[in-house]
Order: sequence, then C-alpha cells, then structure tokens
Amino acid sequence: MKRFLSKLTFWKTVAGVILLAGAYSTVVRFFGGLGAATNLSDQFPWGLWIGFDVLCGVGLAAGGFTLAAIVYIFNVKRFEPIIRPTILTAFLGYILVIFALMFDLGRPLQIWHAIIMWNPHSVMFEVAWCVMLYTSVLALEFSPVVLEKFHMTKTKTFVKKITIPLIIVGVLLSTLHQSSLGSLYLIVPEKLHGLWYTPYLPVFFYVSAIAAGCAMIIFESFLSSRAFKRGLELSLLTEIARVGVMILGVLMVMKLVDLADRHALPLLFVPQTETYFYWLELLVGVVAPFALLARKKFRENETWLFWSAALIIMGFVLNRLNISITGMEGWAGKSYFPTWMEIMVTISFVTVGFIVFALAAKYLPLFKHEKHEVRVKPEIEWIEDLRSVSQPN
Amino acid sequence: MTKHKAMLIDITLCVGCNACQEACKTANNLQTGEEKSLSSTAYTALDEHDGVFVRRMCQHCIDPTCASVCPVGAFTKTPEGPVLYDEDKCIGCRYCMQACPFQVPRYEWSSTYPRVQKCVFCHSRISKGLQPACAEACPSGATKFGDRDELLKEAAERIKAEPSKYVNRIYGQREVGGTSILYITSVPFEQLGFKTELQEAALPSLTWNALSKVPGIVTVGGTFLYGIWWITNRRTEVRKYELQEAEKRSNGNGTH
Repeated sequence: MKRFLSKLTFWKTVAGVILLAGAYSTVVRFFGGLGAATNLSDQFPWGLWIGFDVLCGVGLAAGGFTLAAIVYIFNVKRFEPIIRPTILTAFLGYILVIFALMFDLGRPLQIWHAIIMWNPHSVMFEVAWCVMLYTSVLALEFSPVVLEKFHMTKTKTFVKKITIPLIIVGVLLSTLHQSSLGSLYLIVPEKLHGLWYTPYLPVFFYVSAIAAGCAMIIFESFLSSRAFKRGLELSLLTEIARVGVMILGVLMVMKLVDLADRHALPLLFVPQTETYFYWLELLVGVVAPFALLARKKFRENETWLFWSAALIIMGFVLNRLNISITGMEGWAGKSYFPTWMEIMVTISFVTVGFIVFALAAKYLPLFKHEKHEVRVKPEIEWIEDLRSVSQPN
Repeated sequence: MTKHKAMLIDITLCVGCNACQEACKTANNLQTGEEKSLSSTAYTALDEHDGVFVRRMCQHCIDPTCASVCPVGAFTKTPEGPVLYDEDKCIGCRYCMQACPFQVPRYEWSSTYPRVQKCVFCHSRISKGLQPACAEACPSGATKFGDRDELLKEAAERIKAEPSKYVNRIYGQREVGGTSILYITSVPFEQLGFKTELQEAALPSLTWNALSKVPGIVTVGGTFLYGIWWITNRRTEVRKYELQEAEKRSNGNGTH
C-alpha cells in the first residue's frame, strides 16, 4: 500500500480525478441523453464538443501535415528527428476528434451512414470523409514506428515505398479538412457575427491551422523534452517559428483586408462582447506572437519561443470558440456555457491524449528515426534509454 | 405535373384560438397540451406580440438549407412542397438546426435515440388531396392552403385592395430563395420577430461555392505537390551522383 501511495504522484492523482469525472459524465450522456449532460438547446445546438474538441482538435493536429510536407515533399531532411512525435500528436488528435463526435452525435452508432448515404452538397459530408480518410492516412504514416517495434521489416518496407503518395494524399486531405471546418459556417451568414463571417472562412481556417500546427510542433517538442529529459532541437524549432511567423503575418494582413473589403472595420470599435473577444483573439493569437517571433533574439530564446507558441495556440483556440460560440450567441438570442460534464469529457479526452503519448514515448521508438535496438533493461531505465537515443550520435 | 403547394398566413385574420396547434398535434400523433413555442412535440405554435399572433412553423423552403447541409441526405424536398425528414438516415449531427435560417428544427434532447422534429406539411394528407390539418382547422381563414402561384397572386391582391392596412411585402416570396409558407401582415414584420434581413439567394449556394472547388484543389494541389517532390528529390539525387562521380574521379587520379 505504501509503495502504491508513493508512486501516486500529484499529476497522476489529478488525471485520475479528471478521468473519474469524465467517466461519470459519459454514463450520464449515454444513458440520459444529450439534454441530461449538456447545456445544448434548440437555439444552441453546437457547443463545446464541436467548438473545442472537433474544431480545435483538428486544427491543432495541423502540425502533422505541415511537417510531413516540409520533410518529405520539400525534402528538408534535417527536420526528420521531430517528425514521429508530430505525426503521433496529429494521429491522437484525430482519434480524439472521432471519440468526441461519438459523444456529440445524437445517434453515434449511425455514424457509418455517411459512407453509404451520400450528399455531396453538404460540407458535413466532406468533413466526415476527410476525418475517415485522413485518420487512416495518419495511421499508415505512423505505422512504421509500430512495425519497427515488432520487427515487421517486410511490411515496413512496403509502407516506406508508398510514403510519398501517402504524404501527398495526407496534405491534400488536410487542406480540404481544415478549410471545410470553416466552410461549415458559410451557411450561417445571418447568424455568425460580422467580425467572423466572411466568404473566406475556409481560407482563414486553413491558414490559421498551419500557424497553429507550427506552434504545436514547438509546444509539443518542449513538453516532451522536459517530460522525457531529452535534448531540445532548438535550431529546428527556431526555423519552424520562422515559418510560423510568416504565416501569422499573412493571416494578420488577410484579416484586415477582409474586414476592410466587407466594410466591417467599424465593427472593431463597437463596444460589445463580440468586439472584446475578437480583439483578445487577435492580440493574443496573432499580434503578440508575431511581434515576439519576428525578432531573431526571441526566436532563438527557449523561454520566449515556448511562450510565443503557447500564445498562438491560445489565440487559435479562442478563434475557434469565438466562431462556434461567442459569434453565434447574438443571433440565437441565448447564451451558452457548457455544463461541468461537457467540460470534464473534454478535459478527459485531452488527458487520455497525454497518457497515450507518454506510453507511446515509453514503448515505441518515437524519438529515433532509424533502427532501434531492443535491449532488455529494467523498466525504470527507459528514460535513460530515451535520452541516449535522442542524443545526436 | 404536381403544382407546388403553399400556405398563406394572413396575420391580420388570426384570432389566436390555437386550433391549428391542436389539429396538428392530433394529425401527427404528438403529445397533446398547449405549447407557446415550437418544440419537439409542437410542429407549430402561436407567438404573441402585443396581441398580434404569429404562427411559427417550418417554412418549407423551395431550396431548403437543411436538405443541403445534411451529410446523409435525411431531408428531401418533395415536388408538392413539403420538406421531409427521414429519421432512419439521421446521424444526429444537428447541422440542420445550426443552419436553418428560420431556427425551426427541434431536437429530442432527453432521448437517447433522438430525432429532429419539425412540421411535415401534412405530406400524407396533401398527397391524398386533403388540406393540411392546421389549414382545415383554422376558423378565421388566417391560414389558407393552395398552389403557391395562386396564393402569391391572392396575397398581392389583398395587399393591393387594402394598401393602408397591409405592409407591402409578402414574407416568404423571396427570402432565401422563397418558401412555401407565405405571410402578410399589418404590423411591420421586424416587430413580429421575423428575420427581415435574410438574403434573397438560397443559402446552399454559399457552401456550394466552396465545395465545388474540391476537385480543383485535389487535382491542382496533387500535381503541384508531386512536382515539388520531384524537383527536390531530383536535386538530392543529382547531388549524390555528383559526389559519387567526384569521388570516383579522385580515386581514379589516385591510382595513376
């Protein structure tokens, strides 16, 4: 018992409590219906699970296709050391999106209907296909890591052979998927507040997802370097930050030009909730990280780099929640705030994501892209093991 | 050819007796009891604005947004006018509710196998040549059922006959591409909770603009990405080859 307690660290306890609350909420959701577990209503049919789990989950997985394109299409091989954890993050992101959908759909067991009952006029139909296909592609992109672990050389060689077509298909699917999440809102020109509604929503979703993807690569590299005590590829991350800051610049200009073009600039100065949230999103997620990362001094500094990436991610999440919640409240004539159960389910998903990532880092050759020798060692030394393999030569 | 059916609701004639809702509930086997707003058990409801009653219900759009956004095609627009929902197809994404410009579809939130609920324009009745239950029950003639062309003409005539009484607008004639439920009123529409800023073009074209670009993105994007890969890959190969050649040459020089 004592041994057990000593192993029970603070974070493990927190994770346990979250998962318990999540499990309770799951029971309420599936045995009592959406009405029992959520604050959704006829006036506000999409809430946190769509706004955060789906819109942000997919967006934050954008690091996967961005880095895959950099390494395999643009052939910048020096980024290879961070590709495996990035692909894993994207893969986990998509798996979690699918789980979230199973919670949010009213009839989750009918989800397969989208495969045989087609409506090509529906953006949701495109979204459904992108989720299915890109999750499969990500599974294949990640498969070499698992195959390597189990020494399935032949299959691995086969997957390696189709890498390039796979990556190209993955980039295309991501492009479609990221933008289609924006297209979902094209159908609500009257409902979505003028600061966010634009015919260019799909383009904005795509561009901001790439920026968020870059930030996620940085953020996630930092976290795993701390958690697994491995070296940090700072020079690589600085370069990713340079790509990110360019995209942010493009995004900022696009946003302003679009507002001006729609004669919506005065909306920026109307004193109301939407305006404040818009400014917050713009300052936190675009202007501040742009100002920071535009300077070499900050890009090359570990702490600043980390916090700038965190800002981009926060701004990104804020943007998606603004579009799905803040911007829709005015028209709906009803405010929405998730129940604690909705929040707990969402946090549980994130927690499960962290746990699976940690397990993968422990048991799979995640931080090494060539052969991984399986040595029989006592369990605890896996950290040492990881450290040694992550050091260059 | 079946004519497109419609209903003309003359708000000036409605006395607020709620007979339409009662008849509707009976005809569609819905839980009885008066309801003041649309719900999963009320396909129609009277909305009161300072003594003026406005009957809310599905507008049965000519180019319905719900039918266009449903990923599994659970909504269909029948040639006679009704927009129908097939619960066996529905996966419960609620995009129809999110997208409907009139905020009509209702959900069975407390069910574990929920349906989207809304007016069905008494499809089975009108295909038998009957009127919808609500129109039949209306004692004051506030709801009139008929062919859409005819009703539009009649609405225009009523407005023309009493221009001082009516607002010069038929709501539903052009909103989001036109609807099968038409309203005329003496009190301005915006004071009665109508969305008067709706665009005239049908909404589905908004998403179709984006969706129709998908094949282009795939082909152009695919070619573009393959092209870049080919160039960068070729560059690496050439460099490798040159290195080998240089090595060979230096080796060859060495042996002489």
